[in-house]
Amino acid sequence: MKGIIGKKLGMSQVFDPETGVVTPVTVIEAGPCPVTQVRSVETDGYEAVQLAFEPVADRKISKPEIGHLRKSGTGAHRQLVEFRGEATVAVGDHVTVEAFAPGDKIKVSGTSIGKGFAGTIKRHNFHRGPMSHGSHNKRAPGSIGASATPSRVMKGMKMSGHMGAKRRTQVGLTVFAIEVERNLILVKGAVPGPRNGFVEIREEA
Amino acid sequence: MSTVIDQLEQRMLREVPVFKAGDTVRVHFKVIEGQRQRVQVFEGIVIKRQGAGVRETFTVRKQSFGVGVERTFPVHSPKIEKIEVGAIGDVSRAKLYYLRDKVGKKARVREKRI
Repeated sequence: MKGIIGKKLGMSQVFDPETGVVTPVTVIEAGPCPVTQVRSVETDGYEAVQLAFEPVADRKISKPEIGHLRKSGTGAHRQLVEFRGEATVAVGDHVTVEAFAPGDKIKVSGTSIGKGFAGTIKRHNFHRGPMSHGSHNKRAPGSIGASATPSRVMKGMKMSGHMGAKRRTQVGLTVFAIEVERNLILVKGAVPGPRNGFVEIREEA
Repeated sequence: MSTVIDQLEQRMLREVPVFKAGDTVRVHFKVIEGQRQRVQVFEGIVIKRQGAGVRETFTVRKQSFGVGVERTFPVHSPKIEKIEVGAIGDVSRAKLYYLRDKVGKKARVREKRI
């Protein structure tokens, strides 16, 4: 299982020197991630590798977390993520961007940008009503159901509500380039989340 | 923007002459036709520059057979062979969209006297 934790720095673009074709890229600062635990079928019932990311001061994380990290000999880290799959690394190793190569198919998970309490137009791509001619239905959702039958609103009706700030996975991405000295991965296309948001990069099966 | 991205973009920046909206420029642009490659020149007034770093673009407007033609180029595109700056325009706006509504003599930009 190939995976790494990173921080989205933002987007940029890269010119092809020959054809001048522009490729949009997301710049992610990923790793080095110390391996803090290897889960196996015998002890845990499944196989996975737990990685840590972004060292922080001890007071920033809880004492149980410090104790857990001390077992593997790593200091305090802000993020701990498990990557399911057969382990190719051992506790104490470091996973760096070199685990990936340009052209690799990957998927990237992150917490999408929060939009707050959003109406139906933004949240579910509803149409709006007429803005003039005495309209009282400018951004209203319209009918949400029938009358006496069924005398209730159907479950799952698309309405206003909280939008964004949810875990999302973008699949079908490719690694455009890696830069080992600065721990950077350039991913072709966009990934979920705001700038400086944490993202998990996995190889696509 | 993050300083890391600024540094990444720094490597891709090309040397371009100083020009701004209102200036008259000749853009030598490489065109690939099948196997052959030739250079096309697009001459006109810069009506805007937008964006920053490697993502910056500029738009050139010219009159071609009585029809207004606008073309937007990335400032740092490797397909731009060179940019020649002709007249320096005397304008008081950064975006010269008003030129789109003018025809004939009114669609000109005064030249800056130094």
